Amino acid sequence: MNEKLKSKLNRISRKNEPYLFLVLVGLCLLIEVRSGQFLTVNNLVDIASALIVPGLFAIGAFMVIISGGIDVSFPALASLSVYTATTILLSIDYQGGVWLAFVIALAVGALLGAFNGLFIGYFRLPALIVTLGSTNVFRGIMQGGLNSKQLATIPPGMREFGTSSLFTARNPISGLTSRMPVAFIVFAVVLILVFLLLRYTMFGRGIYSIGGSEVSAHRAGFNVVRTKIIMYVMVGMIASAAGVIRVSMMQQLHPTNMLGMELRIIAGVVLGGTAITGGKGSLLGCMIGTLLIVIVVNSMILLGIPTSWRSVFTGALIIIGTGVSARQVVSLNSRKKFKFIFSGRRRA
Amino acid sequence: MAESLLKVIDVYKSFVGVQALKNVTFTIQPGEIHCLAGENGSGKSTLIKIISGVYTPDAGHMELNGTLYKKITPIEAINNGVQVIYQDFSVFPNLTVMENLAVNSELSEHRKFVNWKRMRLIAQEAVKKIDFEVDLDEIVGSLSVAQKQMVAISRSLLFNTKLIIMDEPTTALTKKEVHNLFEIILKLKERGISILFVSHKLNEMYEISENFTILRSGQVVATGSTSQLDRKKFSFFMTGREFTERHFKAESISAEPIFEARNVGIENSFSDVSFTLRQGEIIGVTGLLDSGRTELALSLFGIQQIDSGHFFVHGKPAVIDSPKAAMAHNIGFVPEDRLSEGLFLPQSIADNVVISEIDRLTRRAGLVDKEKRSNEIVKWVKELAIATPNPDNACHTLSGGNQQRVVLAKWLACNLEILVLNGPTVGVDIGSKHDIHGILQSLAKAGLGLIIISDDLPEVLENCSRVLVMKAGKIAADLDTGKTNESAILSYMM
Repeated sequence: MNEKLKSKLNRISRKNEPYLFLVLVGLCLLIEVRSGQFLTVNNLVDIASALIVPGLFAIGAFMVIISGGIDVSFPALASLSVYTATTILLSIDYQGGVWLAFVIALAVGALLGAFNGLFIGYFRLPALIVTLGSTNVFRGIMQGGLNSKQLATIPPGMREFGTSSLFTARNPISGLTSRMPVAFIVFAVVLILVFLLLRYTMFGRGIYSIGGSEVSAHRAGFNVVRTKIIMYVMVGMIASAAGVIRVSMMQQLHPTNMLGMELRIIAGVVLGGTAITGGKGSLLGCMIGTLLIVIVVNSMILLGIPTSWRSVFTGALIIIGTGVSARQVVSLNSRKKFKFIFSGRRRA
Repeated sequence: MAESLLKVIDVYKSFVGVQALKNVTFTIQPGEIHCLAGENGSGKSTLIKIISGVYTPDAGHMELNGTLYKKITPIEAINNGVQVIYQDFSVFPNLTVMENLAVNSELSEHRKFVNWKRMRLIAQEAVKKIDFEVDLDEIVGSLSVAQKQMVAISRSLLFNTKLIIMDEPTTALTKKEVHNLFEIILKLKERGISILFVSHKLNEMYEISENFTILRSGQVVATGSTSQLDRKKFSFFMTGREFTERHFKAESISAEPIFEARNVGIENSFSDVSFTLRQGEIIGVTGLLDSGRTELALSLFGIQQIDSGHFFVHGKPAVIDSPKAAMAHNIGFVPEDRLSEGLFLPQSIADNVVISEIDRLTRRAGLVDKEKRSNEIVKWVKELAIATPNPDNACHTLSGGNQQRVVLAKWLACNLEILVLNGPTVGVDIGSKHDIHGILQSLAKAGLGLIIISDDLPEVLENCSRVLVMKAGKIAADLDTGKTNESAILSYMM
């Protein structure tokens, strides 16, 4: 029993979620001590609200990275599908609820995701090349084909969805208030569904298996091509949902507003302990990593650090965070090697 | 006699004009351990893939459990109890042992959802089949090679398995692990499971299999009982060439040693190792995997640094603390894993040959002299008979034996006096092995001093004039190969 417990503890100490969580807590405490403003209800609600869109993107990026791929096209994909949905609704002067915006955007997102999935899954092209290419294709369609421009007004359904809140938190001291958007529910539901999908369906285990060894997955009987295509379709839909939420919360549509987010999102996922080579990582770690990035981006101002320095700190966090986990892997390997030599000596 | 489990009859298969299999016929009885041997490219892998349903034969048919199949699908093969254990074991290094064990059978039952409790039960059932003790929650990537293989074997037993095809299962195992594997194979045999054991090592064939089939250029050249096979016949069947063993006799040995190690050691690896090497000599260093022989080899080329004792080159003390320092003393090194350590596989053969002497092929401005370079390349490709239509082809287009020759060419091109070879013929087929031995012997005759680190005892006996046997980090014996034999060396090793 003792042995069992020991090996269990050993395994936990090798995971990096606990360390990451400590870093997160440390950062929160630091900001709180320096500003006294961090652990206020309205600030926490603000952070939760700021997590929604990056969080959704991160879920999609996480699935792709687990499968051994990488996707840099999701901001362009989300922009194109939400732009399509918004212009269609505006052109028919649609007065109904936000659901139709979601339906159209998700349908377009599924189509664009299938485009990625087809080239990556069926034609076996490298995911980075394909998504770099499709980023340009999607942006080109939006800017050239659809002649996109900034839309100052969005359909009433989306406007209403963006302003409706679950509850409002009020800081009793400063009197500041913050709303918790309804969209948080969308994020929470997607998070739970993807968690269940990855953990309790053979499809989800297939994604992990493909990330571990594609050849083995094929031999074991997974339909690798189908799994990949369906996964990219899902990722396209998740990204499109994030796009609709983003536009609704901003109350207007900047076609290029989301472009360039991909690196920060992927950095958050990797920071959360997801192996960039695929197969390893947990959704919990991925969320902690994303939260870290969101907090750094949003709370630097509370530390009295000018916003112009923000990207320096985000960059440093990424290097330190991913560097530490990479070192961990290296030292684990060398320890094993040492042990091997050592036990060999004893045997001899 | 009971009905055959598997009959392969008159099977043909070709790929874009290349005849991979020609008229192949052989049978396996229930509970038989059958060895399939052949050089690289002889058609072994193609045959395995036809039996397991990955490829469809162009002509011929198979009989499995008495049913005739013109062609078979992978699912039909599995349903007939055929399981293949590939060289890479087809495991998922990122998942737990439990999931690795259970996932195949869950997929074959078309499960859509995961029940972790059921997975655990399946995994427990699997490991029980061969009494394999392992922590089911461990990540497979952190297991040893042998343990991964056990995962693959126990996983394959979850089906109604009648035939297990093992593709070169002993390649990455230590002697002890091979022994364990053979015990498990014998246990499986007792249960009536047949094993098709793919190998090109004669001693393994002797030890484990009752019958053998040898393929050469896609054809069955011999089949029968293993007991009627000897080393000479085996080599002939494998290569189609007759080999006369050429025992190395050192000629024209220099009076003074060109290299000497005096009481050298590395803490926790080896200690107090002393020997001398003369011009024209080949000395062998052998020992078990953890005897310190690998570390000694690496220290001779400065990859690992000695922390006690001294090296001498031509009688003068020499500090060898880096490969560059070793090369300055005209010492060359051919690493054990030539594929990952010795060659730039995607680069051309030509570039690989000249890489170590590139400094001597430049003009004054530091640019490479094209003419000198191509002269060198032509010379070495010819001298070592590297089989390539064009030296500008990438190195990975060559067979294992030819790649080994490129490594040799690379070092010879820099005017060496001492060449250290770590496992020079690991993973090389018999024909190439013979050729490499020939090259090594002629190098010694040309005046080099060679040190061969190898656990292949026939190789050491055939090619070395002396052999140092290492045990637990010390030299246990320094033997004259003319006056010793395999069992004597083994007794010093153990």
